[in-house]
Amino acid sequence: MNWLTDVDWAGVLIQGTLIGGLYALFAIGLSLAFGIMRLVNIAHGDFIVLCAYVAMIVVNASGMHPLVSIAVVVPLMFVLGYVLQRGLLNFTLGPSILPPLLVTFGLSVIIQNVLLEVFGADTRRLNAGAMETASITLPGDVTVGVFPLLIFVVALVSLGALQYLLYRTRLGRAFRATSDDADTAELMGIDNRHLYSLAMGIALAFTALAAVLFSVRTSFDPASGPINLIFAFEAVIIGGLGSLWGTLVGGIILGVSQSLGSSVVGPLVSLLIGNPVSAQWQILTGHIAFMIILIVKPDGLFPRIRD
Amino acid sequence: MSGADNLLKTKALCAYYGDFQALFDIEFEIDNGETVAVIGANGAGKSTFLRALAGSLETAPDMIRYDGQSIGHLPAHRVLRQGIALVPEGRRLFQSLSVEENLQIGGDFGRRGPWTLKRVFELFPVLAERRAQPATSLSGGQQQMCAIGRALMSNPRLLLCDEISLGLAPVIIRELYERLETISAEGTTLVIVEQDINRALAAADRFYCLQKGRVSLAGPAQGVERQSITAAYFGI
Repeated sequence: MNWLTDVDWAGVLIQGTLIGGLYALFAIGLSLAFGIMRLVNIAHGDFIVLCAYVAMIVVNASGMHPLVSIAVVVPLMFVLGYVLQRGLLNFTLGPSILPPLLVTFGLSVIIQNVLLEVFGADTRRLNAGAMETASITLPGDVTVGVFPLLIFVVALVSLGALQYLLYRTRLGRAFRATSDDADTAELMGIDNRHLYSLAMGIALAFTALAAVLFSVRTSFDPASGPINLIFAFEAVIIGGLGSLWGTLVGGIILGVSQSLGSSVVGPLVSLLIGNPVSAQWQILTGHIAFMIILIVKPDGLFPRIRD
Repeated sequence: MSGADNLLKTKALCAYYGDFQALFDIEFEIDNGETVAVIGANGAGKSTFLRALAGSLETAPDMIRYDGQSIGHLPAHRVLRQGIALVPEGRRLFQSLSVEENLQIGGDFGRRGPWTLKRVFELFPVLAERRAQPATSLSGGQQQMCAIGRALMSNPRLLLCDEISLGLAPVIIRELYERLETISAEGTTLVIVEQDINRALAAADRFYCLQKGRVSLAGPAQGVERQSITAAYFGI
Protein backbone atom coordinates (compact mmCIF):
# COMPACT_ATOMS: atom_id res chain seq x y z
CA MET A 1 0.00 0.00 0.00
CA ASN A 2 2.99 2.26 -0.28
CA TRP A 3 1.68 3.82 -3.42
CA LEU A 4 -1.13 5.44 -1.41
CA THR A 5 1.43 7.71 0.19
CA ASP A 6 2.56 8.73 -3.27
CA VAL A 7 -0.90 9.97 -4.20
CA ASP A 8 -1.03 13.75 -4.47
CA TRP A 9 -4.01 14.05 -2.14
CA ALA A 10 -4.13 17.83 -2.13
CA GLY A 11 -3.98 17.83 -5.92
CA VAL A 12 -6.77 15.24 -6.17
CA LEU A 13 -9.02 17.22 -3.84
CA ILE A 14 -8.36 20.52 -5.57
CA GLN A 15 -8.83 19.18 -9.10
CA GLY A 16 -12.06 17.50 -7.99
CA THR A 17 -13.34 20.63 -6.30
CA LEU A 18 -12.61 22.78 -9.31
CA ILE A 19 -14.36 20.43 -11.75
CA GLY A 20 -17.24 20.45 -9.25
CA GLY A 21 -17.68 24.12 -10.12
CA LEU A 22 -18.32 23.17 -13.74
CA TYR A 23 -20.89 20.55 -12.70
CA ALA A 24 -22.63 23.15 -10.55
CA LEU A 25 -22.74 25.48 -13.57
CA PHE A 26 -24.23 22.65 -15.64
CA ALA A 27 -26.79 22.08 -12.93
CA ILE A 28 -28.06 25.68 -12.66
CA GLY A 29 -30.19 25.51 -15.81
CA LEU A 30 -31.64 22.15 -14.89
CA SER A 31 -32.35 23.24 -11.34
CA LEU A 32 -34.04 26.51 -12.38
CA ALA A 33 -36.38 24.83 -14.84
CA PHE A 34 -37.37 22.19 -12.33
CA GLY A 35 -37.59 24.54 -9.38
CA ILE A 36 -39.81 27.12 -11.04
CA MET A 37 -42.02 25.09 -13.36
CA ARG A 38 -41.44 21.44 -12.38
CA LEU A 39 -40.03 20.85 -15.83
CA VAL A 40 -37.46 18.08 -16.02
CA ASN A 41 -35.40 18.99 -19.04
CA ILE A 42 -34.06 15.74 -20.45
CA ALA A 43 -32.48 17.71 -23.32
CA HIS A 44 -30.38 19.78 -20.89
CA GLY A 45 -27.14 17.96 -21.72
CA ASP A 46 -27.82 18.35 -25.42
CA PHE A 47 -28.41 22.07 -24.95
CA ILE A 48 -24.96 22.24 -23.37
CA VAL A 49 -23.51 20.59 -26.48
CA LEU A 50 -25.63 22.76 -28.78
CA CYS A 51 -24.27 25.85 -27.02
CA ALA A 52 -20.74 24.52 -27.49
CA TYR A 53 -21.31 24.16 -31.24
CA VAL A 54 -22.87 27.61 -31.44
CA ALA A 55 -19.80 28.98 -29.66
CA MET A 56 -17.61 27.11 -32.14
CA ILE A 57 -19.42 28.67 -35.09
CA VAL A 58 -19.12 32.13 -33.55
CA VAL A 59 -15.42 31.64 -32.83
CA ASN A 60 -14.67 30.25 -36.30
CA ALA A 61 -16.65 32.94 -38.07
CA SER A 62 -15.28 35.91 -36.15
CA GLY A 63 -11.90 34.71 -34.95
CA MET A 64 -12.66 35.97 -31.47
CA HIS A 65 -11.32 34.32 -28.34
CA PRO A 66 -13.66 31.57 -27.02
CA LEU A 67 -14.18 33.45 -23.77
CA VAL A 68 -15.24 36.57 -25.68
CA SER A 69 -17.79 34.48 -27.58
CA ILE A 70 -19.69 34.21 -24.27
CA ALA A 71 -20.93 37.74 -24.91
CA VAL A 72 -22.59 36.49 -28.10
CA VAL A 73 -23.66 32.97 -27.17
CA VAL A 74 -25.29 33.81 -23.82
CA PRO A 75 -27.79 36.41 -25.16
CA LEU A 76 -28.47 34.17 -28.16
CA MET A 77 -29.35 31.23 -25.94
CA PHE A 78 -31.46 33.43 -23.68
CA VAL A 79 -33.60 34.30 -26.69
CA LEU A 80 -33.73 30.67 -27.81
CA GLY A 81 -34.78 29.62 -24.30
CA TYR A 82 -37.54 32.21 -24.19
CA VAL A 83 -38.89 31.26 -27.61
CA LEU A 84 -38.65 27.53 -26.90
CA GLN A 85 -40.63 27.86 -23.69
CA ARG A 86 -43.20 30.25 -25.12
CA GLY A 87 -43.68 28.38 -28.37
CA LEU A 88 -43.43 24.78 -27.21
CA LEU A 89 -42.71 23.83 -23.60
CA ASN A 90 -45.46 25.98 -22.04
CA PHE A 91 -48.00 23.79 -23.80
CA THR A 92 -46.60 20.70 -22.10
CA LEU A 93 -46.97 22.03 -18.54
CA GLY A 94 -49.88 20.83 -16.45
CA PRO A 95 -50.71 18.68 -13.47
CA SER A 96 -48.51 15.85 -14.74
CA ILE A 97 -44.72 16.12 -15.10
CA LEU A 98 -44.72 13.45 -17.81
CA PRO A 99 -45.52 15.54 -20.96
CA PRO A 100 -42.53 17.92 -20.54
CA LEU A 101 -40.36 14.87 -19.86
CA LEU A 102 -41.42 13.24 -23.13
CA VAL A 103 -41.17 16.41 -25.19
CA THR A 104 -37.69 17.28 -23.93
CA PHE A 105 -36.66 13.68 -24.55
CA GLY A 106 -37.78 14.19 -28.13
CA LEU A 107 -35.85 17.46 -28.28
CA SER A 108 -32.78 15.60 -27.04
CA VAL A 109 -32.99 13.11 -29.91
CA ILE A 110 -33.60 15.88 -32.44
CA ILE A 111 -30.70 18.04 -31.25
CA GLN A 112 -28.26 15.11 -31.25
CA ASN A 113 -29.22 14.09 -34.76
CA VAL A 114 -29.21 17.59 -36.19
CA LEU A 115 -25.76 18.18 -34.72
CA LEU A 116 -24.57 14.87 -36.16
CA GLU A 117 -26.01 15.74 -39.57
CA VAL A 118 -24.51 19.23 -39.66
CA PHE A 119 -21.17 18.77 -37.92
CA GLY A 120 -20.43 15.05 -38.25
CA ALA A 121 -19.27 12.75 -35.47
CA ASP A 122 -15.78 14.25 -35.05
CA THR A 123 -14.85 15.44 -31.60
CA ARG A 124 -14.28 19.19 -31.33
CA ARG A 125 -12.70 21.51 -28.86
CA LEU A 126 -12.34 25.27 -28.58
CA ASN A 127 -8.82 26.62 -28.34
CA ALA A 128 -8.26 29.24 -25.66
CA GLY A 129 -4.52 29.53 -26.27
CA ALA A 130 -1.94 29.86 -23.54
CA MET A 131 -4.38 30.21 -20.65
CA GLU A 132 -5.42 26.57 -21.09
CA THR A 133 -2.10 25.29 -19.79
CA ALA A 134 -1.13 28.16 -17.50
CA SER A 135 -0.98 27.34 -13.83
CA ILE A 136 -0.20 28.95 -10.55
CA THR A 137 1.51 27.41 -7.54
CA LEU A 138 -0.21 27.72 -4.20
CA PRO A 139 1.55 27.55 -0.84
CA GLY A 140 2.41 23.93 -0.06
CA ASP A 141 3.64 23.29 -3.60
CA VAL A 142 0.16 22.63 -4.98
CA THR A 143 -0.15 23.53 -8.64
CA VAL A 144 -3.54 24.71 -9.86
CA GLY A 145 -4.50 25.28 -13.48
CA VAL A 146 -5.61 28.83 -14.18
CA PHE A 147 -8.49 27.75 -16.39
CA PRO A 148 -10.08 25.27 -13.93
CA LEU A 149 -9.74 27.97 -11.29
CA LEU A 150 -11.45 30.47 -13.60
CA ILE A 151 -14.33 28.03 -14.14
CA PHE A 152 -14.75 27.62 -10.39
CA VAL A 153 -14.78 31.39 -9.84
CA VAL A 154 -17.36 31.80 -12.62
CA ALA A 155 -19.50 29.15 -10.89
CA LEU A 156 -19.29 31.01 -7.58
CA VAL A 157 -20.17 34.33 -9.19
CA SER A 158 -23.03 32.73 -11.15
CA LEU A 159 -24.56 31.16 -8.06
CA GLY A 160 -24.18 34.45 -6.19
CA ALA A 161 -25.87 36.32 -9.04
CA LEU A 162 -28.70 33.81 -9.12
CA GLN A 163 -29.11 34.05 -5.37
CA TYR A 164 -29.39 37.82 -5.72
CA LEU A 165 -31.89 37.49 -8.56
CA LEU A 166 -34.11 35.04 -6.68
CA TYR A 167 -34.06 36.63 -3.24
CA ARG A 168 -33.48 40.34 -3.80
CA THR A 169 -35.43 41.29 -6.93
CA ARG A 170 -39.05 41.62 -7.92
CA LEU A 171 -38.58 39.06 -10.69
CA GLY A 172 -37.07 36.58 -8.23
CA ARG A 173 -39.99 37.05 -5.87
CA ALA A 174 -42.34 36.29 -8.74
CA PHE A 175 -40.32 33.17 -9.60
CA ARG A 176 -40.55 31.88 -6.05
CA ALA A 177 -44.25 32.68 -5.76
CA THR A 178 -45.03 30.91 -9.02
CA SER A 179 -42.99 27.93 -7.89
CA ASP A 180 -45.12 27.75 -4.73
CA ASP A 181 -48.54 28.16 -6.33
CA ALA A 182 -48.88 29.09 -9.99
CA ASP A 183 -52.67 29.68 -9.90
CA THR A 184 -52.47 32.13 -7.03
CA ALA A 185 -49.48 33.83 -8.65
CA GLU A 186 -51.74 34.55 -11.66
CA LEU A 187 -54.16 36.24 -9.25
CA MET A 188 -51.26 38.48 -8.17
CA GLY A 189 -50.92 39.78 -11.72
CA ILE A 190 -48.12 37.42 -12.74
CA ASP A 191 -48.29 36.21 -16.33
CA ASN A 192 -47.04 32.67 -15.83
CA ARG A 193 -46.45 31.97 -19.53
CA HIS A 194 -44.17 35.00 -19.77
CA LEU A 195 -42.48 34.23 -16.45
CA TYR A 196 -41.80 30.61 -17.41
CA SER A 197 -40.31 31.78 -20.68
CA LEU A 198 -38.02 34.18 -18.85
CA ALA A 199 -37.01 31.34 -16.53
CA MET A 200 -36.08 29.10 -19.45
CA GLY A 201 -34.23 31.98 -21.08
CA ILE A 202 -32.18 32.51 -17.92
CA ALA A 203 -31.64 28.75 -17.58
CA LEU A 204 -30.24 28.51 -21.11
CA ALA A 205 -28.15 31.65 -20.60
CA PHE A 206 -26.38 29.98 -17.67
CA THR A 207 -26.16 26.78 -19.71
CA ALA A 208 -24.45 28.71 -22.51
CA LEU A 209 -21.95 30.17 -20.05
CA ALA A 210 -21.19 26.69 -18.71
CA ALA A 211 -20.99 25.25 -22.22
CA VAL A 212 -18.36 27.69 -23.51
CA LEU A 213 -16.12 27.00 -20.50
CA PHE A 214 -16.74 23.26 -20.90
CA SER A 215 -15.89 23.28 -24.60
CA VAL A 216 -12.47 24.78 -23.90
CA ARG A 217 -11.74 22.31 -21.13
CA THR A 218 -13.08 19.12 -22.69
CA SER A 219 -13.59 17.84 -26.20
CA PHE A 220 -17.17 17.25 -27.29
CA ASP A 221 -19.15 15.60 -30.07
CA PRO A 222 -22.87 15.43 -30.90
CA ALA A 223 -23.35 12.51 -28.49
CA SER A 224 -21.76 14.21 -25.46
CA GLY A 225 -25.06 15.52 -24.12
CA PRO A 226 -26.47 12.65 -22.04
CA ILE A 227 -23.39 12.18 -19.83
CA ASN A 228 -23.40 15.90 -19.03
CA LEU A 229 -27.10 15.71 -18.25
CA ILE A 230 -26.29 12.94 -15.76
CA PHE A 231 -23.51 14.97 -14.12
CA ALA A 232 -25.86 17.93 -13.78
CA PHE A 233 -28.62 15.70 -12.38
CA GLU A 234 -26.27 14.14 -9.87
CA ALA A 235 -25.03 17.52 -8.67
CA VAL A 236 -28.62 18.72 -8.21
CA ILE A 237 -29.80 15.59 -6.42
CA ILE A 238 -26.77 15.31 -4.12
CA GLY A 239 -27.16 18.96 -3.13
CA GLY A 240 -30.90 18.69 -2.63
CA LEU A 241 -33.58 20.00 -5.01
CA GLY A 242 -34.01 23.75 -4.99
CA SER A 243 -30.90 24.52 -2.97
CA LEU A 244 -28.50 26.78 -4.89
CA TRP A 245 -25.41 26.34 -2.77
CA GLY A 246 -26.31 22.70 -2.20
CA THR A 247 -25.86 22.29 -5.94
CA LEU A 248 -22.31 23.58 -5.63
CA VAL A 249 -21.64 21.13 -2.79
CA GLY A 250 -23.19 18.39 -4.93
CA GLY A 251 -20.96 19.32 -7.84
CA ILE A 252 -17.88 19.32 -5.64
CA ILE A 253 -18.72 15.93 -4.10
CA LEU A 254 -19.21 14.53 -7.60
CA GLY A 255 -15.99 16.10 -8.86
CA VAL A 256 -13.89 14.93 -5.91
CA SER A 257 -15.34 11.41 -6.18
CA GLN A 258 -14.41 11.29 -9.85
CA SER A 259 -10.97 12.62 -9.09
CA LEU A 260 -10.51 9.95 -6.40
CA GLY A 261 -11.83 7.39 -8.86
CA SER A 262 -9.10 7.99 -11.38
CA SER A 263 -6.24 8.43 -8.92
CA VAL A 264 -7.08 6.07 -6.06
CA VAL A 265 -10.03 3.73 -6.60
CA GLY A 266 -9.06 2.69 -10.12
CA PRO A 267 -5.42 1.88 -9.30
CA LEU A 268 -6.51 0.13 -6.09
CA VAL A 269 -8.91 -2.15 -7.92
CA SER A 270 -6.35 -2.97 -10.60
CA LEU A 271 -3.86 -3.78 -7.87
CA LEU A 272 -6.33 -6.13 -6.17
CA ILE A 273 -7.59 -8.02 -9.21
CA GLY A 274 -4.61 -7.50 -11.44
CA ASN A 275 -6.17 -6.01 -14.55
CA PRO A 276 -4.94 -2.80 -16.18
CA VAL A 277 -6.21 0.51 -14.78
CA SER A 278 -9.33 1.65 -16.61
CA ALA A 279 -10.15 5.31 -17.16
CA GLN A 280 -13.81 4.47 -16.60
CA TRP A 281 -13.22 4.31 -12.84
CA GLN A 282 -13.32 8.09 -12.82
CA ILE A 283 -16.95 8.27 -13.92
CA LEU A 284 -18.02 5.09 -12.16
CA THR A 285 -16.74 6.31 -8.77
CA GLY A 286 -18.78 9.50 -9.19
CA HIS A 287 -21.90 7.41 -9.84
CA ILE A 288 -21.16 5.22 -6.83
CA ALA A 289 -20.81 8.27 -4.57
CA PHE A 290 -24.12 9.54 -5.95
CA MET A 291 -25.79 6.18 -5.23
CA ILE A 292 -24.47 6.12 -1.67
CA ILE A 293 -25.81 9.62 -0.96
CA LEU A 294 -29.13 8.74 -2.57
CA ILE A 295 -29.41 5.75 -0.21
CA VAL A 296 -28.31 7.63 2.92
CA LYS A 297 -30.12 10.91 2.21
CA PRO A 298 -32.76 10.42 -0.51
CA ASP A 299 -33.70 14.14 -0.41
CA GLY A 300 -30.10 15.22 -0.93
CA LEU A 301 -28.01 17.15 1.55
CA PHE A 302 -29.88 20.46 1.63
CA PRO A 303 -33.42 19.86 0.30
CA ARG A 304 -35.67 22.87 -0.27
CA ILE A 305 -38.39 21.47 -2.51
CA ARG A 306 -40.38 18.54 -1.22
CA ASP A 307 -42.83 17.63 -3.96
CA MET B 1 -79.68 50.39 -9.59
CA SER B 2 -77.65 50.27 -12.79
CA GLY B 3 -76.86 53.92 -13.03
CA ALA B 4 -73.71 55.76 -14.04
CA ASP B 5 -72.25 54.55 -10.78
CA ASN B 6 -72.19 50.92 -11.86
CA LEU B 7 -68.76 49.30 -11.45
CA LEU B 8 -69.33 45.71 -12.51
CA LYS B 9 -72.18 43.85 -14.09
CA THR B 10 -72.53 40.27 -15.25
CA LYS B 11 -74.88 39.24 -18.00
CA ALA B 12 -75.97 35.60 -18.27
CA LEU B 13 -72.65 34.58 -16.73
CA CYS B 14 -71.94 30.87 -17.16
CA ALA B 15 -68.81 29.05 -16.08
CA TYR B 16 -67.58 25.51 -16.46
CA TYR B 17 -65.08 23.11 -14.94
CA GLY B 18 -64.36 20.99 -17.99
CA ASP B 19 -67.74 19.57 -19.00
CA PHE B 20 -69.34 20.42 -15.68
CA GLN B 21 -71.34 23.63 -15.66
CA ALA B 22 -70.92 25.38 -12.32
CA LEU B 23 -72.70 28.71 -12.97
CA PHE B 24 -75.94 29.32 -14.87
CA ASP B 25 -76.94 32.73 -16.25
CA ILE B 26 -75.85 34.80 -13.26
CA GLU B 27 -77.14 38.40 -13.40
CA PHE B 28 -75.15 40.40 -10.89
CA GLU B 29 -74.27 44.03 -10.49
CA ILE B 30 -72.42 46.18 -8.04
CA ASP B 31 -72.03 49.95 -7.78
CA ASN B 32 -68.97 51.93 -6.84
CA GLY B 33 -68.41 51.91 -3.10
CA GLU B 34 -71.03 49.26 -2.43
CA THR B 35 -70.53 46.14 -0.32
CA VAL B 36 -72.40 43.12 -1.65
CA ALA B 37 -72.62 39.72 0.05
CA VAL B 38 -72.85 36.48 -1.88
CA ILE B 39 -74.25 33.71 0.28
CA GLY B 40 -75.19 30.13 -0.34
CA ALA B 41 -74.62 26.57 0.80
CA ASN B 42 -71.52 24.52 0.14
CA GLY B 43 -71.12 23.89 -3.57
CA ALA B 44 -73.62 26.58 -4.57
CA GLY B 45 -71.00 28.19 -6.81
CA LYS B 46 -69.90 31.14 -4.64
CA SER B 47 -66.17 30.57 -5.02
CA THR B 48 -66.60 29.73 -8.67
CA PHE B 49 -68.42 33.03 -9.15
CA LEU B 50 -65.58 34.99 -7.56
CA ARG B 51 -62.97 33.08 -9.58
CA ALA B 52 -64.91 33.85 -12.75
CA LEU B 53 -64.94 37.56 -11.87
CA ALA B 54 -61.19 37.43 -11.14
CA GLY B 55 -60.45 35.85 -14.51
CA SER B 56 -59.38 32.44 -13.23
CA LEU B 57 -62.15 30.74 -15.20
CA GLU B 58 -62.76 31.19 -18.87
CA THR B 59 -65.90 33.12 -19.75
CA ALA B 60 -67.19 34.96 -22.82
CA PRO B 61 -66.10 38.63 -23.08
CA ASP B 62 -69.52 40.22 -22.67
CA MET B 63 -70.52 38.10 -19.69
CA ILE B 64 -68.57 40.44 -17.40
CA ARG B 65 -68.71 44.22 -17.93
CA TYR B 66 -66.40 46.21 -15.70
CA ASP B 67 -66.10 49.96 -15.76
CA GLY B 68 -67.81 50.03 -19.16
CA GLN B 69 -65.53 47.39 -20.72
CA SER B 70 -65.94 43.70 -21.47
CA ILE B 71 -63.43 41.75 -19.39
CA GLY B 72 -64.85 38.23 -19.37
CA HIS B 73 -62.12 36.99 -21.70
CA LEU B 74 -59.16 38.49 -19.82
CA PRO B 75 -56.81 36.14 -17.94
CA ALA B 76 -56.43 36.62 -14.18
CA HIS B 77 -53.16 38.52 -14.38
CA ARG B 78 -54.72 41.17 -16.63
CA VAL B 79 -57.91 41.40 -14.60
CA LEU B 80 -55.79 42.30 -11.56
CA ARG B 81 -54.26 45.18 -13.47
CA GLN B 82 -57.76 46.44 -14.22
CA GLY B 83 -58.31 46.74 -10.47
CA ILE B 84 -60.05 43.54 -9.38
CA ALA B 85 -58.28 41.57 -6.64
CA LEU B 86 -59.29 38.28 -5.05
CA VAL B 87 -58.61 37.10 -1.51
CA PRO B 88 -58.79 33.39 -2.32
CA GLU B 89 -60.53 30.78 -0.23
CA GLY B 90 -58.08 29.10 2.13
CA ARG B 91 -55.80 32.19 1.95
CA ARG B 92 -53.25 30.56 -0.37
CA LEU B 93 -50.24 32.47 0.93
CA PHE B 94 -46.90 31.73 -0.73
CA GLN B 95 -45.18 29.38 1.67
CA SER B 96 -41.58 30.10 0.75
CA LEU B 97 -42.08 33.86 0.96
CA SER B 98 -41.95 35.91 4.13
CA VAL B 99 -44.94 37.90 5.37
CA GLU B 100 -43.46 41.07 3.90
CA GLU B 101 -42.68 39.39 0.57
CA ASN B 102 -46.22 38.04 0.36
CA LEU B 103 -47.50 41.58 0.73
CA GLN B 104 -44.95 42.98 -1.71
CA ILE B 105 -45.83 40.51 -4.42
CA GLY B 106 -49.43 41.69 -4.19
CA GLY B 107 -48.22 45.17 -5.13
CA ASP B 108 -45.51 44.21 -7.61
CA PHE B 109 -47.80 43.87 -10.61
CA GLY B 110 -50.84 45.79 -9.42
CA ARG B 111 -51.96 49.39 -9.74
CA ARG B 112 -50.51 52.43 -7.99
CA GLY B 113 -52.67 53.93 -5.29
CA PRO B 114 -53.11 54.65 -1.59
CA TRP B 115 -52.31 51.15 -0.34
CA THR B 116 -48.62 50.67 0.40
CA LEU B 117 -46.69 48.33 2.66
CA LYS B 118 -46.80 51.04 5.32
CA ARG B 119 -50.58 51.45 5.09
CA VAL B 120 -51.18 47.70 5.26
CA PHE B 121 -48.95 47.46 8.32
CA GLU B 122 -51.01 50.25 9.91
CA LEU B 123 -54.19 48.34 9.18
CA PHE B 124 -52.76 45.06 10.53
CA PRO B 125 -49.98 46.00 13.00
CA VAL B 126 -49.33 42.36 13.90
CA LEU B 127 -48.08 41.76 10.35
CA ALA B 128 -45.42 44.44 10.82
CA GLU B 129 -44.17 42.66 13.93
CA ARG B 130 -43.87 39.42 12.00
CA ARG B 131 -42.79 40.81 8.65
CA ALA B 132 -39.64 38.67 8.36
CA GLN B 133 -41.27 35.38 9.33
CA PRO B 134 -42.42 32.79 6.80
CA ALA B 135 -46.08 33.48 6.03
CA THR B 136 -47.04 29.95 6.98
CA SER B 137 -45.74 30.46 10.54
CA LEU B 138 -48.60 32.90 11.24
CA SER B 139 -51.78 31.91 13.05
CA GLY B 140 -54.90 31.39 10.94
CA GLY B 141 -56.26 34.86 11.63
CA GLN B 142 -52.92 36.51 10.91
CA GLN B 143 -52.63 34.54 7.68
CA GLN B 144 -56.04 35.85 6.67
CA MET B 145 -54.89 39.40 7.43
CA CYS B 146 -51.85 38.77 5.28
CA ALA B 147 -54.03 37.47 2.44
CA ILE B 148 -56.28 40.53 2.64
CA GLY B 149 -53.25 42.84 2.84
CA ARG B 150 -51.70 41.11 -0.16
CA ALA B 151 -54.82 41.75 -2.23
CA LEU B 152 -54.99 45.37 -1.03
CA MET B 153 -51.42 45.99 -2.14
CA SER B 154 -52.59 45.88 -5.76
CA ASN B 155 -54.88 48.85 -4.98
CA PRO B 156 -58.06 47.25 -6.25
CA ARG B 157 -61.23 49.16 -7.00
CA LEU B 158 -63.11 45.91 -6.46
CA LEU B 159 -62.00 43.53 -3.71
CA LEU B 160 -63.39 40.00 -3.74
CA CYS B 161 -63.24 38.20 -0.36
CA ASP B 162 -63.81 34.45 -0.35
CA GLU B 163 -64.81 33.00 3.03
CA ILE B 164 -62.43 35.06 5.10
CA SER B 165 -64.02 33.76 8.32
CA LEU B 166 -63.37 30.11 7.50
CA GLY B 167 -61.97 28.22 10.46
CA LEU B 168 -61.36 31.32 12.59
CA ALA B 169 -62.45 32.19 16.14
CA PRO B 170 -65.41 34.63 16.46
CA VAL B 171 -63.26 37.32 18.06
CA ILE B 172 -60.85 37.20 15.10
CA ILE B 173 -63.73 37.22 12.62
CA ARG B 174 -65.12 40.34 14.26
CA GLU B 175 -61.74 42.04 13.98
CA LEU B 176 -61.42 41.11 10.30
CA TYR B 177 -64.85 42.50 9.49
CA GLU B 178 -64.04 45.75 11.29
CA ARG B 179 -61.01 46.05 9.00
CA LEU B 180 -63.22 45.42 5.98
CA GLU B 181 -65.30 48.39 7.06
CA THR B 182 -62.16 50.51 7.11
CA ILE B 183 -61.28 49.28 3.63
CA SER B 184 -64.80 50.00 2.43
CA ALA B 185 -64.67 53.49 3.94
CA GLU B 186 -61.63 54.16 1.73
CA GLY B 187 -63.97 53.80 -1.25
CA THR B 188 -63.11 50.22 -2.18
CA THR B 189 -66.02 48.22 -3.54
CA LEU B 190 -66.41 44.83 -1.83
CA VAL B 191 -67.89 41.48 -2.69
CA ILE B 192 -68.02 39.21 0.36
CA VAL B 193 -68.62 35.50 0.00
CA GLU B 194 -69.68 33.86 3.24
CA GLN B 195 -71.39 30.77 4.56
CA ASP B 196 -72.25 32.66 7.75
CA ILE B 197 -75.43 34.44 6.66
CA ASN B 198 -75.75 36.79 9.63
CA ARG B 199 -72.17 37.93 9.37
CA ALA B 200 -72.49 38.55 5.65
CA LEU B 201 -75.78 40.41 5.82
CA ALA B 202 -74.59 42.63 8.68
CA ALA B 203 -71.60 43.79 6.63
CA ALA B 204 -73.34 44.24 3.29
CA ASP B 205 -75.64 46.73 1.57
CA ARG B 206 -77.20 44.11 -0.68
CA PHE B 207 -76.94 40.36 -1.08
CA TYR B 208 -77.25 37.61 -3.66
CA CYS B 209 -78.05 34.06 -2.66
CA LEU B 210 -76.75 31.30 -4.92
CA GLN B 211 -78.17 27.83 -5.12
CA LYS B 212 -76.81 25.15 -7.45
CA GLY B 213 -75.08 27.73 -9.62
CA ARG B 214 -78.10 30.04 -10.00
CA VAL B 215 -79.19 33.23 -8.25
CA SER B 216 -82.09 32.12 -6.05
CA LEU B 217 -82.69 35.41 -4.24
CA ALA B 218 -81.31 38.95 -4.27
CA GLY B 219 -82.13 42.19 -2.51
CA PRO B 220 -81.16 44.66 0.17
CA ALA B 221 -79.30 43.08 3.07
CA GLN B 222 -81.37 44.76 5.78
CA GLY B 223 -84.95 43.83 6.50
CA VAL B 224 -84.91 40.62 4.53
CA GLU B 225 -87.13 37.85 5.84
CA ARG B 226 -85.32 34.90 7.41
CA GLN B 227 -87.77 32.46 5.91
CA SER B 228 -87.23 33.55 2.33
CA ILE B 229 -83.46 33.32 2.80
CA THR B 230 -83.73 29.83 4.23
CA ALA B 231 -85.79 28.82 1.23
CA ALA B 232 -83.34 30.39 -1.22
CA TYR B 233 -80.37 28.94 0.64
CA PHE B 234 -81.46 25.33 0.84
CA GLY B 235 -84.01 25.27 -1.94
CA ILE B 236 -86.84 24.07 0.28
